[in-house]
Amino acid sequence: MSRLQQFLYGGRDSIPMIVGILPFGLIYGALASLAGLSLGQALGMSLLVYAGSAQFIAISLLTLGSGAAVILLTTLVVNLRHVLYSAALQPYIGKLSQRWRVPLAFGLTDETFAVVQRRYLARGMTEHGQWYHAGVALALYLSWVSSSLVGALFGQSVPNLAGWGLDFAMLATFIGIVVPALRNQPQIAAALVAGAVALLCHAWPYKLGLMAAALSGIAVGVWLERCKTPVTVEEGA
Amino acid sequence: MDIWLLILGMALITFAIRYSLFAFPDMRFPPLVRQGLQYVPTAVLSAIVLPGMLIPDGQQWAFSLDNAYLLAGLATIAIAALTRHLLATIGGGLLVFFVLRGLLGQLPL
Repeated sequence: MSRLQQFLYGGRDSIPMIVGILPFGLIYGALASLAGLSLGQALGMSLLVYAGSAQFIAISLLTLGSGAAVILLTTLVVNLRHVLYSAALQPYIGKLSQRWRVPLAFGLTDETFAVVQRRYLARGMTEHGQWYHAGVALALYLSWVSSSLVGALFGQSVPNLAGWGLDFAMLATFIGIVVPALRNQPQIAAALVAGAVALLCHAWPYKLGLMAAALSGIAVGVWLERCKTPVTVEEGA
Repeated sequence: MDIWLLILGMALITFAIRYSLFAFPDMRFPPLVRQGLQYVPTAVLSAIVLPGMLIPDGQQWAFSLDNAYLLAGLATIAIAALTRHLLATIGGGLLVFFVLRGLLGQLPL
C-alpha cells in the first residue's frame, strides 16, 4: 500500500471518532470563551495542548480562580493514562525516526490510540504503516481544533448541543474495538474488572478512577494468564 | 495569571507524558510488563464504556429503561459479538441509539 493510501485509510477509519469529537470540541470552545479566554487563547489551547479532558478541567479550574500550579498538576494527573498508551505503542513507534516519534506522540489521545492500536495489533508495523497512524492523528487533530474554533465563535448560540447524545458514537466505536478482542478468559476478566472499578470509582477526581480501573483490569488479566500457563524459568528470569 | 504561559506549561506536560516511552526506542520491557500491555486497550476502553452506559451524564447512575445509552450500549455489544465487524457495530449501534432516543422523546427537536 502506498503512503497516500495508508494515510487515507487512517482518515477513513477515524470518521466514527470524529462524530464523537465534534460536539465535545464545540462545547469546549463555548466554555472557554464563557470562562473569559480570548478567541486566540481558546484556540491556542486546543492547538498546543490537544487533550480534551485536561482542557475541560483547566477551563473549570480557571473559572473557579485556581492558580497555575494546581492546573498544571491536574494536567499531569489527568493525562497520566497516556503513559500506558505510550508504552503499548512503543514497540511499533520506537523503531521510527525522531521526526515521526515527536508528532505521533503529540497526537496520542484516547481516540487516536483506540484506532491505531487495533491496526498495529492486526498487522504490526507494515511498510508505510506510520502514514496510517498519521492519517488518524491528523484527522482527529483537525476535528478537535476546528470544532474548538467554531465553539469559541458560535458555541453560545448553538442550541442544546449536548442534548443530541453524539457522544454515543465514541462508545459504539470503543465497543466495536473491545468486544472482538474478548477472545479468552483473561481478556474478558480484564474488561469486566476494569469496567466495574471504573463504575465504583467514577466519582474520583482527575480521571484517577479511570487510571485505577485500567491498572486493575490489566493486573487481573495478567494474573489469570499466568495462572493458566505457568511461567517458565527463562521467562521469569 | 498569564494564560499563554499556562497553555505552554500544559502543552509541555501533556507532550512529555505522551512521548515518555517513545524516548527509549531500544528499551525492551520485561515479560511481565509486555504481558500487561496486551491488556491496555481492553482495560482502558472498558473503563470508559461501562460508565458511559450506566452513568451517561458523569454524575448520576441511570439504571433504568429510559436510559438509551444503556439499552443501545447492550444492543451494540450484541451486534459486535455477532458480526465482529467495526463499521457494522458503529452503524447498527448508532441506529438503535437514535431510534430509542426518538421513541423516548429525548431528541432536542
